[in-house]
Amino acid sequence: MTAAPLTDAEIAAIRAQFPILDREVNGHPLVYLDSAATAQKPRRVLDAERTFYEHENAAVHRGAHTLAAEATELYEDARRTIAAFLAVDENEIVFTGNATEGINLVATAIGIASTRRGAGADFPTYALAPGDEILTTELEHHANLIPWQELAARTGATLRHIPVDDDGMLDLDAVPSLISDRTRVVAVTAVSNVTGFVTPLARIVPLARAVGALVVLDACQAAPHLALHPRALDVDVAVFSGHKLYGPTGIGVLYGRAAVLDALPPHLFGGSAITTVTLEKAHFLPAPQRFEPGTPRIAEAIGLAEAVRFVTEIGLDRIAATEHVLAERLHAALAGLPGIRVLGGSAGAAGQRVALASVVVDGVHAHDAGQVLEDQGIAVRVGHHCAQPLHRRLGATASVRLSAGVHTTAEELDRAVAAVAGIRSFFGLDTGRGAS
Amino acid sequence: MSGLESLYQQIIVDHAKHPHGVGLQAGEETSHQLNPTCGDEITLALRWSADGTRIESVAWEGAGCSISQASASLLSTLADEDAASGAAWTSEQLQALIDEFREALRSRGAMPLDEERFGDAAALSGVSKFVARVKCAMLAWVAAEDLLQRRGSS
Repeated sequence: MTAAPLTDAEIAAIRAQFPILDREVNGHPLVYLDSAATAQKPRRVLDAERTFYEHENAAVHRGAHTLAAEATELYEDARRTIAAFLAVDENEIVFTGNATEGINLVATAIGIASTRRGAGADFPTYALAPGDEILTTELEHHANLIPWQELAARTGATLRHIPVDDDGMLDLDAVPSLISDRTRVVAVTAVSNVTGFVTPLARIVPLARAVGALVVLDACQAAPHLALHPRALDVDVAVFSGHKLYGPTGIGVLYGRAAVLDALPPHLFGGSAITTVTLEKAHFLPAPQRFEPGTPRIAEAIGLAEAVRFVTEIGLDRIAATEHVLAERLHAALAGLPGIRVLGGSAGAAGQRVALASVVVDGVHAHDAGQVLEDQGIAVRVGHHCAQPLHRRLGATASVRLSAGVHTTAEELDRAVAAVAGIRSFFGLDTGRGAS
Repeated sequence: MSGLESLYQQIIVDHAKHPHGVGLQAGEETSHQLNPTCGDEITLALRWSADGTRIESVAWEGAGCSISQASASLLSTLADEDAASGAAWTSEQLQALIDEFREALRSRGAMPLDEERFGDAAALSGVSKFVARVKCAMLAWVAAEDLLQRRGSS
């Protein structure tokens, strides 16, 4: 890793841009360790949305007045900003509501193509039929599992899964036997939202590519932490949510290789996505407009573009270098705590993991454990984090997840680890009843 | 008492560790309630008197956070205590208790549970200040209500 971690002074300057970090919770300065659920927003993102509404607000791609032209320019500029961020072409960027919607777009479009009726008749390339296979993994977020379950049910295709070992790692040795000429779609996450492990895509994507499968990447957890270039990764589709990347809620991004987007039918139907419409039939615009019917999320796209400029100015390489240090500190500290199990273990953190840890406290339910952290102003996620199959595989029903953001300091992680260390004694498990 | 200690009162911690009323019989009518956000679950049965007018006990099985498990245990304890003192609940009386329990837990601390009526279960009053945990405490009571409604409509 060549980039230098952010200095304390740089992190302090970053923190000053997040208004919410000034607040207290339960009498303590807020320690926000739930960035994997949603990131906090720097003021410039909020300002970008407000400025748009105050100065240029208008519907885009229609109307001829000054505001409409300016709004359209800003919206398409946002698309260009996202495209540059991913090092792809602007016509390969579709704005969605969030990553979940992006994955559903692809799965639904394939489902429509598979019916070979209506719009599907014009787009047979990715049609599925019984005998075809969709491959995902045992560690996916429900958003990258359920749409494929539904697509399999609708088309008669078979859904298969790359298994996970006891350490929460994908069993890469099983991959060659799971990918064959029948495999039509391979959908994997770039980073696990439970273990923080970075998926070894180089061990999966070439095999999928060799059989001509469509490769879909859930980049939700990766986008805020690692430089992500879909073309370098050789994936066909990649999705992420704006709100996890310091942008607004209600906006997500779908990258699709141009040839793929052109071969997929629209998934939602309406205005702005068409060329000629008769009473009987519609002809659709090329991507990305084909996939953005109706008035799009204009202010949100502009806010997300500002968030992308925010992380780009800091530098994703420097963010990754900083997180590497934080991840090692977090996992080293947690590894020494009695009665604490980290899902995925504490080994092998270096370079393969974002600064995130899901812990199970022996004898204490995750909800109760999280309450102790909440009492100290530390915001974490408790539950199964929308990954029930992975929790089940690792022998847990729920866990407490600590996830860092660009504003997270080492001191904050130390405070959180100290709070985790005190959970068992609060419930009287190490030293007798501690909460009398 | 800190906020955390008002939530995890000794009675609650004890009931979570040593729950009362656990154990269902094969074939008895139960209600299964699941909190999908955290996986807490309770399966609960109402045991009726021979003439079908009074609830003699509440039995349950479950897994989850200490609030959800203690609340089920305290509901079962309250049923036993009232039955032992000759005041086993009718459908209407249990429904009234459930309504009162729900109102208190949703009151954000404004309306504590009446110790005369709720006994040790009044310790769950502290939950009402923790909005995210109200659902945990309600789980067993919602299961009981579900059984009453099914009985009422059958």
